[in-house]
Amino acid sequence: MNKASIVTSVRDADQPFLAIRNLVKSFDGVRAVDDISVSIHKGEIFALLGSSGCGKSTLLRMLAGFETPTSGQILLGGQNIVSVPPYQRPINMMFQSYALFPHLSVWDNVAFGLRRDGMPEDQVAERVKKMLDLVQLAKYGKRKPHQLSGGQQQRVALARSLAKRPQLLLLDEPLGALDKKLREQTQMELVSIIEEVGVTCVMVTHDQDEAMSMATRIAIMSEGRILQVGAPDEIYETPNCRFVADFIGSVNMFEGRVVVDCPDHVIVESPEGKHYINHGITGTMGMEVAIAVRPEKICIQLEAPTDQQRASLAEQGYNQASGVITALAYFGNETRYHVRLDSGMDLRVSRTNAARHQATTLERDMRVHAWWDGSDIVALTN
Amino acid sequence: MKKALMHALSLRWMTGRRVVIAVPFLWLTVAFLVPFLIVMRISFTESDGGNPFGTLMTMVDGVITLKVKISNYLFIAQDDLYVLTYLSSIKFAAITTVLCLIIGYPFAYFMARSRSTVRPVLMMMVMLPFWTSFLLRIYAWKGILANNGILNHILMSVGVIAEPLHLMNTQFSLIIGMVYAYLPFMILPLYANLVKMDIRFLEAAADLGATPVQTFWRITVPLSKSGIIAGSMLVFIPAVGEYVIPELLGGPETLMIGHVLWDEFFTNNDWPMASSVTVVVILLILVPMAIFNKYKAEQEARR
Repeated sequence: MNKASIVTSVRDADQPFLAIRNLVKSFDGVRAVDDISVSIHKGEIFALLGSSGCGKSTLLRMLAGFETPTSGQILLGGQNIVSVPPYQRPINMMFQSYALFPHLSVWDNVAFGLRRDGMPEDQVAERVKKMLDLVQLAKYGKRKPHQLSGGQQQRVALARSLAKRPQLLLLDEPLGALDKKLREQTQMELVSIIEEVGVTCVMVTHDQDEAMSMATRIAIMSEGRILQVGAPDEIYETPNCRFVADFIGSVNMFEGRVVVDCPDHVIVESPEGKHYINHGITGTMGMEVAIAVRPEKICIQLEAPTDQQRASLAEQGYNQASGVITALAYFGNETRYHVRLDSGMDLRVSRTNAARHQATTLERDMRVHAWWDGSDIVALTN
Repeated sequence: MKKALMHALSLRWMTGRRVVIAVPFLWLTVAFLVPFLIVMRISFTESDGGNPFGTLMTMVDGVITLKVKISNYLFIAQDDLYVLTYLSSIKFAAITTVLCLIIGYPFAYFMARSRSTVRPVLMMMVMLPFWTSFLLRIYAWKGILANNGILNHILMSVGVIAEPLHLMNTQFSLIIGMVYAYLPFMILPLYANLVKMDIRFLEAAADLGATPVQTFWRITVPLSKSGIIAGSMLVFIPAVGEYVIPELLGGPETLMIGHVLWDEFFTNNDWPMASSVTVVVILLILVPMAIFNKYKAEQEARR
């Protein structure tokens, strides 16, 4: 199979642009990537998110062609590219810490791929200029990579990986080498450039903020498997398992048992109290479940919640607990509290500092009531 | 107060640094510069039989006369023997360097890309010959290349040739010996350079569409330039002045400057002439050294 046949292959509307099917990669018998199947649509920015060693980089390297899968298929536009060497794939990668060729100028770095394709030099010049304009480095063509700042190097790397107009762009920890302030600014820039070019993009990151802010969909990976795939808000608000709920953001987890199982509501009893969930779950009476509530969904106040505060009368007496504030941290935009509940559990609560002066200030050792809505609860059965 | 303390500390640090730098400087002065100046002084004096230290300066009636004899240098420049010998020394050193590079680069590349557990073994194999006497190893080639040697024996018994090939005391035997002896000096700096190379550069090249061959010439070779230069210098410089290998393996057509030097010292007993030959050799070697250092300095400055 050559490059031309991949480029001209037919793309059906219902056929995913990139389909990974039952992909496995073993190193010395250990499965780094364990039977992954996922479909990526044209034009989307797809993030593989996980901690180090979860197999996300191995998966990306298989897409680039640096690793050969032990088994499974990678279909790009319907064609299996597993046996295509990296230099023949219509895929380009922006490497972690960029891998810019130190002996070549910025211009020659960007032109490298075009020249390997035998593009006439006048067209190369035109394309390189366009790329450098795109990343706002037109004046830096003659410089060597080490004469640029980290942010500039990142943009050269982006220009180099986009120069050949790849069908698929791979980003390996694209902002990992930048400091925090620059990272936030670059995130937006990177997304706007990728969208301007309109390239389909798979990125790997261990930074959930990066994945949340850049990606259209995120795959959470752990131990070589994908646990959940979804839009950032889906992943955050409806995690499908304890690992995902715990991995993304921070969460309070109550371990309990189903005591009432109705089609329209479920009641779960845990040592902290009873939890009223205003929707049915797939489960049986007495089944063990975990109740996940995000810290910002919890209200705390000095008095017990009034009827008016509750979302529905049915929830009265449920979804609440009381305890003592053991620690608090002020972050400017929000304040985070640790509340030691009477059951001994440590409840994390965050409160947005919407007004400059809060009506009531909560301090350490104060006894507070915490409560939350049934609709903000996620019941995790597995 | 604090400032004064800082000043004192930095002063102490500076002194410490100077002492550390002074040690190699002192060594180079005593072991290289002074002997070189002595040799140079001898080269400008009149040959005086047994006494190598002829007088340069005389004082007669309050007139100081400085007598600098440059006829040795003029002789070297004019006499075909010396010029040709220098040229042939450079020629053989250059051939040796190029062959060492051609053989050594793939070897070093292979070593650097092999599994990290195998590398020490390969390294050992490169170093192992050093455990045997240099002279013995060169002498062994005589046994291999002689008319009734191992190589001719094998070739004749296989039936490739009917008559023994004349291999010994030719340019061929000289170059084989030189390449054999100097190969490790090429491999080691190349290996040190290649093993450090970031694999991601090669992956990036492949990702951008470069075939393995293009990646090698466009990325690997340019990035290993300093290793190539270091290895070439380490081979070329001692090869120019090599004496033992041409003596043992060379012949009439492989005259090298080391042999001329020996003759001047011990056959003609003409120390000033021998010293002049030496000074010219050192100058011949210093020129490539200076180029190398300049390149190094430029590279450092670019970092």
